[in-house]
This record gives sequence, structure tokens and C-alpha cells, in this order.
Amino acid sequence: MARGQTGAAGRRKTNGAAKEAPKGPAGVTREELLGYYREMLLIRRFEERAGQLYGMGLIGGFCHLYIGQEAIAVGVEAAKKPGDEVITGYRDHGHMLTSGMDPKEVMAELTGRIGGSSKGKGGSMHMFSTEAAFYGGHGIVGAQVPLGTGLGLANWYREDGKVSFAFFGDGAANQGQVYEAFNMAELWKLPVVYVIENNQYAMGTAIQRSSAETRLHKRGVSFGIPGEEVDGMDVLAVKAAAEKAAEHARSGQGPYILEMKTYRYRGHSMSDPAKYRTREEVDEVRKTRDPIDHVEELLEKNGWADEATLKGIDAEVKKIVADAAEFARTSPEPDPSELYTDVYTEAAVQGGRA
Amino acid sequence: MPALSPTMEEGTLAKWHVKVGDNVRSGDVIAEIETDKATMEVEAVDEGVISEILVPEGSEEVKVNTPIARLGGEGGAATKAPESKAEAPAPAAQAAAGDPEKQPPETAKPQPEGEGAAPVTPKPALRDPELPEGVNLVKVTVRDALRDAMAEEMRRDGDVFLMGEEVAQYQGAYKVSRGLLDEFGPKRVIDTPITEYGFAGLGVGAAMAGLKPIVEFMTFNFAMQAIDHIINSAAKTLYMSGGQIKTSIVFRGPNGAAARVAAQHSQDYAAWYGHVPGLKVIAPYDAADAKGLLKAAIRDPNPVVFLEHEMLYGQEFDVPEGVDWVVPIGKAKVRREGTGVTLVAYSRMVGFCLQAAEELAKDGIEAEVVDLRTIRPMDIETVVESVKKTNRLVTVEEGWGPMGVGAEVAAKVTELAFDYLDAPPMRVHQEDVPLPYAANLEALSMPSVERIVKAAKAVSYK
Repeated sequence: MARGQTGAAGRRKTNGAAKEAPKGPAGVTREELLGYYREMLLIRRFEERAGQLYGMGLIGGFCHLYIGQEAIAVGVEAAKKPGDEVITGYRDHGHMLTSGMDPKEVMAELTGRIGGSSKGKGGSMHMFSTEAAFYGGHGIVGAQVPLGTGLGLANWYREDGKVSFAFFGDGAANQGQVYEAFNMAELWKLPVVYVIENNQYAMGTAIQRSSAETRLHKRGVSFGIPGEEVDGMDVLAVKAAAEKAAEHARSGQGPYILEMKTYRYRGHSMSDPAKYRTREEVDEVRKTRDPIDHVEELLEKNGWADEATLKGIDAEVKKIVADAAEFARTSPEPDPSELYTDVYTEAAVQGGRA
Repeated sequence: MPALSPTMEEGTLAKWHVKVGDNVRSGDVIAEIETDKATMEVEAVDEGVISEILVPEGSEEVKVNTPIARLGGEGGAATKAPESKAEAPAPAAQAAAGDPEKQPPETAKPQPEGEGAAPVTPKPALRDPELPEGVNLVKVTVRDALRDAMAEEMRRDGDVFLMGEEVAQYQGAYKVSRGLLDEFGPKRVIDTPITEYGFAGLGVGAAMAGLKPIVEFMTFNFAMQAIDHIINSAAKTLYMSGGQIKTSIVFRGPNGAAARVAAQHSQDYAAWYGHVPGLKVIAPYDAADAKGLLKAAIRDPNPVVFLEHEMLYGQEFDVPEGVDWVVPIGKAKVRREGTGVTLVAYSRMVGFCLQAAEELAKDGIEAEVVDLRTIRPMDIETVVESVKKTNRLVTVEEGWGPMGVGAEVAAKVTELAFDYLDAPPMRVHQEDVPLPYAANLEALSMPSVERIVKAAKAVSYK
């Protein structure tokens, strides 16, 4: 409860700015805000359907839903420039959708079918799209932080002006390799933005029980990396913070840390009953801080969307998700011959230059 | 002459800072000694007056423990050597470290092409490249061959860069990257902090973005901290991404036991990495292979673990000069032909096997020595072809025996050439204990020429 209250306080503060934003020239337009609404709703409905397919036995193994955290993926995506890379851990479906991957391919990967983005060989935790500059989807807690820093190293090496966004959770924030990466990123001024999705629970362990310093945006202090806390339930606050951080990284000043205060509504994974927190705590967040409700309010307050418009978006999203689920159900399993493909490649690596 | 590194056997007395009659106190720099890795200052450990300079300035190849000066004073005729060692480290191992002079210059010799036994899937023939007429073979150390391979590939491809501890300003902890910083600058030769897990991860990330990093581990012992990124991030991602994400990356550095550095610094990881689909694993013996295979590894679009050996760095071998020397990955090499017994080894143990073969020849056993060169994918066809001829198999590795490279070779040969075997295969390997520090125990633990000879005789029932 205490955490929820802290976050809610942050939200109130940024809400003020958000209310003004659409009106001013620096704010978002109606189309942009409607776009964020649509994206967040797509993630929400997609994840709900994934949960359902999991319950039906169509999705196996581990499956970590993004419900509650939608504003982070969508807000950061809105701040990205073309070519900027994204990498994350295994709570990754939302990031895939915002990066532009086809929902059908993502859902079919969840069901382990040939139509999946990894031909069914990666599953929920391991999806990639070089086209969308989405580099996974990594199953080892914290591994994406050095990897994402390496993406930043490539940008620095090529001087191509791109920024790498490395997402990780409050649990991964305690991994040693995160700090090894921080050190090198600041030492070499690599263009990396570290986005900590602090949903308050490292699996089932509340942040106060796992972290000596719970203000995760301060974790870069000993390396000289600036950081700030952001209301991760407010898509506009996320976008504004990500733009600022990206500008810092892109201009050669090195990495930046954003701690997004957020909350996941579901358990850590599908098999987690989430007994470590009360139903009231979850309900309170849903009622007072829901990122989609928040944008809906903004749209209404600005007179930018009536009920019919929102219902139209809702129907469109539902259809996309239904089509994705249908595709994921009917796409065949990979051919047995796929067992032995993609272990090695003889293909030349992209980006080679003499 | 003091030993200034675990593997130093001799050095050059580059400069004297004192002369006869000088008073020295402990801590005074009295001389500069050049090893194959560095120039080091030597400090006096006793007080006294220099009564005699025994080794003049500029003397080369001065053996470790040779008295270099005499100090008069309290103890009378104390020598300068900071400590007097009773014996050279790991005598058995050192004596056996393959003598390049004895080996045939066989670089360009045609290889027996393993068509393999019936159950073996035929593969396209892999040959060492033919050498053009008149190409020179020059003597190059393994250390410089590795450096030349990196330099040539970095000149060829702007996406190739080197990162690791001490690779740039220090010129390499083992001087393998000597000169690279000067030629390629700090962006392509990057000194990292001592954080293997982190910088291996950065390397893999850069490779995912299409660069071709060479990640140097000061030794592979330290790569254990990075093994998650080598296996989970590098080896598996192509498969998990359905072929989308390629990681063209080389992890390289010395592997196996040096001398007297004890258990945590003396491990052979060939079997560890050889176990993992998605990785290619290379462990060369001579300088020509070190160069040609490292160039192939850098060009390979897959993650490659390249296992070098500190005890081979200083050894010289023939290397073709002035050609783009690339040796195919996945092809073993018959280094000595014979009909009596097949000895299969990789890396430093190939030299041991060649010496053992000379010993065996004295007793009328002609051993065939197969250098695996690549651990994964393993060229079992060449081994099987050899066993069909000799009917006997001894495997030799520095690593532990259980679940080891020799175990894999023996299993494959048993599967593919069972009817050709006249004796059960035997494995020579490190004893099943952490490598001890004490010189005598270390020698007892490591494979030796004697043990290879003994095993070869055992499978020959002699």
C-alpha cells in the first residue's frame, strides 16, 4: 500500500503538467494522444487474451504479462527516433507491440507456431525483430543491460546518432552485471538510456525486502550517471522524461537512468498467485492510477474524444487481438526439420563494411 | 636471473643500473630485464656492495636462476637472484613442451581427406589452402601470429575491433595485442575494466548490432564470470530468434594450465564450450593454425570460442608469408603419419603427442598424431580414418577426463569404427583433482609425454 501511495503522489504532480501539455505547443496533439491510447489498449487486450490462451493450454512455459505497465513501453516508444534500439527482459510482449512487430507474429510465437516471430523456437521470453530494432526478449535477469549497453557501444562506434533503450525491472536492478555495464557506459559516454520499470516486486519480493536503496534512479550516482524518478503510469510523463534522457545520451553526454514507478496487475508470471500482496493494494492502483484510464480522462477533458470514438478504437483493437489469437491458434507447429535450423548461420552479418 | 612471470624460462639483461663497487640497499633498482612479455626493473633484495657483474648488459637468453651479479657484504657471496629456486617449475611439463624444430614443415602438405565410415554424413572436403609457388615460410611465434591475424582482419573490415583487459595501452597482458593500439587507435582497441561479465555482454550486444568484436579474456579462467553471455546470449540467440539475430564474435585468450598458478588459474575449457550448440570452439597448436584459424574465426558469422595456450605463445613455427592465410574451421590435421596407434589431441597436447610419437618410434610403434584443431564442430571423420588404419586410439587433453573431449572422441570412434578397434580406447588427461600448486604434485596431475607413451603401449599390448 505504501508504495502505491508514493506512486500516486508522483502521479498527482505530473498530472498537472500532463493536463497542460495538450494545449501548449510542446504538448501532444489529439492524434498523438489517441495513438497512445490505442497502443496501450492494444497491449492490455493482447495480454488479456494471452492470459486466456495460457489458461486454455495453448501457451506453455513461462508467460509474463505487461498489464499495468503499458504507459512505459508506449511513452518511451513515442520518444524514440527511427533506428533507436530497444532491448528488455522477459516481460516483453508490450515492447514488441509498440516497436511495431505484427501482433499475429507475437501471439503465434506465444503458441509456438511457425508463424511466430522466431518460428516458434523462442517463445514468450525470446522474440526479436531486427527490422523494428527490437533486440529481445531475454530470459536471464539483467542480461539485457550489458547487451543493451553493447548496442549503445555499436552506436558510439559507428557514430550513427542512435540511442539504445535498455529496459529492466526492480529485480534486475540488483544484478551485479548492471553495474558493470553502468560503469562502462559512463566511462565511454555510450548513448544508452536505462529504463527501470519499477513495479515494486522482484517476482514475489517487495522492493523494500530486496533492495537496500529503493530509490533506483539513484543507482547511477557512484558512476556519475544522472537519473530521475518518473510516474510510470502517466504516458506523457514517461514520454517527456524519455525525450530528455535520449537527448542527453544522443548528444554525447553518456547514459541516463529513468526509474519508472509502475505496477503490474497480474502475478510475476502466469503461475504466480501473487499472495505476497493484498487484493486491496492491486484494486487501489487499478482504481486510482490506471494508465489507460488516465489517458481516457485526458482525452475527455480536452474534448478530444467522445464515447463513440473510444468505442471505435476499442472495437478496432479487439479485432486485431482476435485476429492475432486466431492466427496463433491456426498457424501450424514448426516442421520437424526446423529443429536443426538456425543453430549456426553461414549468412554474412549485416552492417559489414570494408 | 629472476623469474618474472610464471612461465618465464629465460630473459635478456637489458641494462645494468649499478656497477662494481656500488652500494645497494634493498629496493634499489639494479637492472632491467627483458622478457618475451615486458621489460621489468629488478630490485635488490639484500644490502651490500656489488662485488662482481657476472652477466654483462645486452646478454640474451639468460636462463632463469643464472647468477647475474655478486653482492659482497654480510653474507659474503650472496647472489642477487631475489629467491633461489630449487628447480624449474613443472619440470615434466616444461621438458615436453613440443620442440618446433623437430616438426616437419608440413603446412602445405595435402591432407588425407576423411570420407568417414559409412554412418558418418559426408561433408564437403575441407583443406588447408594451397600455398602458391614460391611462398615463403617464416618463423613466427604463436603470440605474433595471433596479433598478425587480428591486425590483418582489422585492416580488412572496419567492423572488427578488439576489447579486453590491458589490450590497448599495456599492449596485452601477454603481449598478444602488441602494436594494435598504435595502428588502430583507442576506438578499435579498447581497454576494459576488470569486469568480464559486463564487457562480454557489451561485446555480444555490439555483435547483435552487426559489429564483429574480438573479446579477449586475460585467461579463460576469468571467462567463467562471463559464461552466461557466451552461452545464453551469444550461442543461443540465433536459434531463439528464428535466425534473425546473428552474433559474429570471437572470445579468445589463453586456456589451460600455465605453470605453477594453481587450481583457479589452470583450467581447460574445451569440453565446457564444446558441449554447447551454437558455439564454434577452436584450440590451435602451431602458429600457422593460430593465425589461419583466428582469421577464419573473425570472419565467421557465428560466435567462436578461441582457446589459446600461454605455454605456446613464445614458441616459433613456420607461417606462410605474404598470403591471406585462412585455415578452415572444423578440419583436423594429421601432424604425423603412422600405422601403430592414433593419438588425438589439441592445443599444447599436440606437442606432447609428437614427442611421445618419437619415443614410441624407438620401440617400433609408429604413432599417427591427429590434431583436432577445432573442438566443435569436431572433424571425427579424420579421427575415424586414422583409427581404421591403426586400430588403436589414445586421446590426450589437459582437461579432466569425465565428460571430456577424449570421452567424446572415444564414444564417437566406438560408435563409428567399433569393428576396427583392436583395443579399448584410452584417455590421457589431467588427474581428477583441482590442479595443485606444489611442483611435484602439479607434474603428477598434468598429462605428460611419459603417460602418453604408457597409454599408447597399453593399447598396443606392449
